[in-house]
Amino acid sequence: MSQPVELPSEIQVGPVIDEGHSLASVSDKIGGIVLKRKTTLGWILGLLISFGLLQGLMAGATWLFIKGVGIWGINIPVGWGFAIVNFVWWIGIGHAGTLISAILLLLNQSWRNAINRFAEAMTLFAVMCAGMFPVLHTGRPWLAYWLLPYPNTMDLWPQFRSPLVWDVFAVSTYLTISAVFWFVGLIPDLATLRDSAKQRWKQVLFGALAMGWRSSARHWQRYEKASLLLAGLATPLVVSVHTVVSFDFAVSMLPGWHTTIFPPYFVAGAIYSGFAMVLTLMIPVRKFYGLEDIITMRHLNNMAKVTLATGLIVGYGYMMEAFFGYYSADIYEKFMIWNRMTGPYAPFYYVLILCNVITPQFLWFKRIRTSPFVLWCLSIVVNIGMWLERFVIVITSLHRDFLPSSWGMYWPTVWDWAVFVGTIGLFLTLIFLFIRVLPMITIFELRMLLPGARVKEPVAQ
Amino acid sequence: MSVHSIDDLSPLYGLMAEFETAGELVAAARRTREAGFRKFDAYTPFPIHELDDAMDLHDNRVSLFTLIGGLIGCAGGFGLASWVEAVALPLNIGGRPLISAPMFIPITFECTVLIGGLTAAISMILLNGLPSPYHPVFNVERFANASRSKFFLCIESDDPKFDRDQTAGFLESLGPEEIAEVAR
Repeated sequence: MSQPVELPSEIQVGPVIDEGHSLASVSDKIGGIVLKRKTTLGWILGLLISFGLLQGLMAGATWLFIKGVGIWGINIPVGWGFAIVNFVWWIGIGHAGTLISAILLLLNQSWRNAINRFAEAMTLFAVMCAGMFPVLHTGRPWLAYWLLPYPNTMDLWPQFRSPLVWDVFAVSTYLTISAVFWFVGLIPDLATLRDSAKQRWKQVLFGALAMGWRSSARHWQRYEKASLLLAGLATPLVVSVHTVVSFDFAVSMLPGWHTTIFPPYFVAGAIYSGFAMVLTLMIPVRKFYGLEDIITMRHLNNMAKVTLATGLIVGYGYMMEAFFGYYSADIYEKFMIWNRMTGPYAPFYYVLILCNVITPQFLWFKRIRTSPFVLWCLSIVVNIGMWLERFVIVITSLHRDFLPSSWGMYWPTVWDWAVFVGTIGLFLTLIFLFIRVLPMITIFELRMLLPGARVKEPVAQ
Repeated sequence: MSVHSIDDLSPLYGLMAEFETAGELVAAARRTREAGFRKFDAYTPFPIHELDDAMDLHDNRVSLFTLIGGLIGCAGGFGLASWVEAVALPLNIGGRPLISAPMFIPITFECTVLIGGLTAAISMILLNGLPSPYHPVFNVERFANASRSKFFLCIESDDPKFDRDQTAGFLESLGPEEIAEVAR
């Protein structure tokens, strides 16, 4: 966070923040979006559509509470349907936020300052969506607290050797630490809003949330220390969360799941899909809110490069999965890969390869990386691709296992879709509310990118 | 330069000087410390690492508490898993060890991060004396800019070297934009 790492100018695409901004202007611009900007028709319309989609979750969950998981397409052999596919997809999306806020902070990548708040919010909302699926999938969601270790009259305890219990700990820790990190990052900006708000109720509201933050140097010193410690803790955490999610699969004895490559390949996939989601959300937001001078081409270019790099790791993962299937000399492993490539779900596999292996190759070209619309379209394709990846991993490994007599097929029902679309609605609703009521860009970190933040002490007289 | 005075009879929290640039503030903070003042604080719209040196700030308690919190989480996580699997609900599965350490690592790790992270945030907030609904510095009207674009230095009246007129003169010698008296 001290000195920005500068690359040679010929390989950079424009500045991190456009010239002409001052300490006051960035504060007013970002704060003004929350405090002064009129609620636009577009925002209301967007919120209404998202809220409409959210009703799918309400309907789906209500019917599920009444009837049970039988309303979904799951069966034996495919006991893990959409619920687990969507869980892994959402939690993966969340990972980019933590990567941007924690890992890039430790690596001194100051360009992240303009996008970390938004990405962290995305993490928080994505993990909320993710967490809902395993709880609904338990079949009796009102007993979800049984997952936690607490003394109870049944004298039962969770099985701490089970990856499913690790999941409970990993995801709830992830949600908590992400929320704490996000809130700590918000405190100085809430103080900025408190100080620039004109209406009394806004001053009181932001004042209460800022807890009396007064920008003191003695406070900043502890604040910076706590931020670095949180980043240091969140960095292994984010890697651990998707590793634990991959353990849900890898620790089982099922062909297609029982693979040592799963943890790194899942983590790379998570960051890949997360960056794609950041691009999907950020490109329209930067356009509609006129933030092109703060979220510059440099940001899009950098995010596209991360997407490309992680996309290549994911591609390598697919290759290795196929290779190990062949090289294992195990008929079930071999059959699983063969069935994945030529069985009834083969079209999904090839669309997945198209989305996740072929599409990112376009990102080698600078012209594509710096063209927001094309990049946005690519990011949507990547999001779909990563969802398909989880679908293929979950479904094709389960539907034809050891005994042909127990083979089956899985197709989602309307209720699977309702819950899935409902969580997309929940995610977008929260994003819309967030950009309206909180500063979507970390103002105080943005100030640190400005020339005015360089400390040049005048020579003492 | 004029000093924005408050009523002579009201108690004084301190004297506050406003600076235009971060560099001027760091230099002023350094000279204030060199002049022997100890109870003073700088207020800046973003963290300035040079101030840690200029003001001699080295409070490492957040790190210490985080370490302690992390270790408690670590021991707690492993202890919980071991106690549950060996004492509360021992299940003999093929004679495998009840305390199977490798399988407890994920829980241990997550608890370490959870307690460590919470301690880092909470200790930072509490050591900073937050939440604090009222603070005298907010009585200065222009102080609203401390969270926006301006840099402030406040010498507190509790400092043994503080003298209403002399300190004002000292602050003036630092070349600030404005000086204001801060009501308590």
